[in-house]
Amino acid sequence: MAQLELTTAEKARYDRHLIMPEVGPEGQKKLKNASVLCVGAGGLGSPLALYLAAAGVGRIGIVDFDVVDESNLQRQIIHDTQSVGTSKLESAKKRLLALNPFISVELHETRLTSANAVELFKKYDVIADGTDNFATRYLVNDACVLTGRPNAYGSIFRFEGQLAVFGLKDGPCYRCLYPEPPPPGLVPSCAEAGVLGVLPGVIGTMQAIEALKLILGIGRPLSGRLMLYDALEQSWRTLKVKKNPACPVCSENATIKAPIDYEAFCGLKEKPTMSIPDISVQDLKAMLDKKEKFILVDVREPHEYEIAKIAGSTLIPLGKLPERYGELDKGAKLIVHCKMGGRSAKAVQFLREKGYDATNVAGGINAWSESIDPSVPQY
Amino acid sequence: MSIEIRLPTALRAFADKQEKIGVDAGTVGEALEQMFSKHERLRQQLMSADGKLRSFVNVYVNDDDARDKQGLATAVKDGDTILIVPAIAGGR
Repeated sequence: MAQLELTTAEKARYDRHLIMPEVGPEGQKKLKNASVLCVGAGGLGSPLALYLAAAGVGRIGIVDFDVVDESNLQRQIIHDTQSVGTSKLESAKKRLLALNPFISVELHETRLTSANAVELFKKYDVIADGTDNFATRYLVNDACVLTGRPNAYGSIFRFEGQLAVFGLKDGPCYRCLYPEPPPPGLVPSCAEAGVLGVLPGVIGTMQAIEALKLILGIGRPLSGRLMLYDALEQSWRTLKVKKNPACPVCSENATIKAPIDYEAFCGLKEKPTMSIPDISVQDLKAMLDKKEKFILVDVREPHEYEIAKIAGSTLIPLGKLPERYGELDKGAKLIVHCKMGGRSAKAVQFLREKGYDATNVAGGINAWSESIDPSVPQY
Repeated sequence: MSIEIRLPTALRAFADKQEKIGVDAGTVGEALEQMFSKHERLRQQLMSADGKLRSFVNVYVNDDDARDKQGLATAVKDGDTILIVPAIAGGR
């Protein structure tokens, strides 16, 4: 394909790049002719896409299928208050083009799946993984290896971040670092455990730096290394990551030649809720109205209980349950809830194994706030 | 206590909120056992039922992955730091 030249207006805009010999007009032209796919337009995707756009990456693709929620704005700075309730993709595109009208933004309003990932990745030079779940992370990894695209990887949890470049020819992939995902429910998601709003700003920005370096072919990519960021300690650590000679996807003896079923790989097909009895928040309301006899157990953390609670509930955080379940009357009917229903499902499983009559509340206190009592804050 | 085990925030709840734990040990496995003797609930987080490190938890001695060395049998010496790094997936 013919290389696009820089226009006069672009030369003025990118002046601070052009005067650095490491970038210069040739490098800036590389950026203009390059493409990056941002998987997710959330916490990591926000600063990532903004900086790629500002830097003049010619074609930026975004995969997402969500709408902007008010609780996103604490960290997803590509969106704003006016975009609440609208498509994340449209909101992101508007902002990116307002920042830099010389680039093009391609929107892929879909869930990334085993069926579409490879074809999609082939259209881009670099993939930047800013998703929020293990199934998609393994899919992004495998599709990157299969298409030969480098993955500027970032991941966040509460006050900590991870950063690496995976999938370079001689470098390791994400499976070399973590061969298998944790079982579902063991590692809480950011929606459950929270995340410092600025943290994705740090990690997503670093992903943008790695993406630019890969395009420009300058410096040393963060391949074969994992950087850990600890915001509380304000420290970075760099660890070595070796290529696994038996890696099922990136080694010479690879057995995975096409994307697999990642939901099954991550154990998501055996959802604990399948075998765990649950009731809806409407059922719970009816039981309360009828003054039925039961104990309402809240397994969230004390600070969450302070933000929002259902009157009359007993607080025993999930992590304390193994030592405190004896406080509960064994003959009583237990109705267990958390924020969204995930932790309480684990609690119900635990309590049933201990011989209790326990039932989960599907959707947790968030569903309660949404459908029953809007005066209970959502968080 | 000459070897320091550092825990990520996600696991500190299982260790009375401590971020580091001092131990005296000759191998990674011994160091972890000493830690479990003080904080038993960490065992289930890090080890599978058959006594192996879980595959989504990496243990580093300084900046080397113990899996690339001798795993739990990897030798440790005074002044080493053992770092526990579980997989995280957040991004939105």
